[in-house]
Amino acid sequence: MADVITFYTLAALILIFGLLVVTTRNTVHSVLFLVADFLAVAMLYASMNSLFVAAIQVLVYAGGIVVLYLFVVMLVNLKRPPEEVRDPARQTGLGGVLAGVVLAELALIAVANALDPPATDAASSTAGLTEQVGLALYTDYLIPFEVASVLLLVAMVGAIVLARREL
Amino acid sequence: MTSTHYLVLSAALFMIGVFGVVTRRNIVIIFMSIELMLNAVNINLIAFSLQWGNSLGQVFTIFVIAVAAAEAAVGLGIILALYRNKETINIDEMNVMKW
Repeated sequence: MADVITFYTLAALILIFGLLVVTTRNTVHSVLFLVADFLAVAMLYASMNSLFVAAIQVLVYAGGIVVLYLFVVMLVNLKRPPEEVRDPARQTGLGGVLAGVVLAELALIAVANALDPPATDAASSTAGLTEQVGLALYTDYLIPFEVASVLLLVAMVGAIVLARREL
Repeated sequence: MTSTHYLVLSAALFMIGVFGVVTRRNIVIIFMSIELMLNAVNINLIAFSLQWGNSLGQVFTIFVIAVAAAEAAVGLGIILALYRNKETINIDEMNVMKW
């Protein structure tokens, strides 16, 4: 019972904050709602017994990426918000129809999955433990791990080069 | 909770991200919508990791977070460079590479 309440509360928080991120006019408020959304997702990870990923979510997303966004919002001044300019060629009705089709498809998949649920492994409680994740990361997935570190180095160099004054 | 609950939540969050990408014209908010979509993917991966009792989903979540950090750094660098040259963050005005 407790996990049901936790799930629905966190799901409501995640969806409400997500909607606020994409609908708020003020960009700074949007970034702040993004922090709240990331923290709610981190709590969801913790409730799913994935404590390591929850910690990484708080450190990297809520701590690192969002600060980057705030700096960019601060550097580009928003005297003329882009939403004030109307574009007559925008096909809102067609977009709504396509979104409805995708929603129907996802609902169909969810209903089919709920009617015929796949078998669940009994040993699922240990899957999210930091020890298991670290073991997999440093043995079977060592090369992808190193490639990810090279990717981060390249991204760091690229960001510095792009943000230089004389580009 | 069954994994269907998590999958429906993930699909809804992904759709919110798609909605933001197709309706907003502020490029910073479009980037934030992409982060929301990546979060939806992560919820999906963790739900399957839990369902099958396998740590592989968690490992891939960490890789997705690393790629998201790299994407945010480079993308925001591009936004800054564009803003310096064109004085705009409206994607409708960013058409220098349009043929």
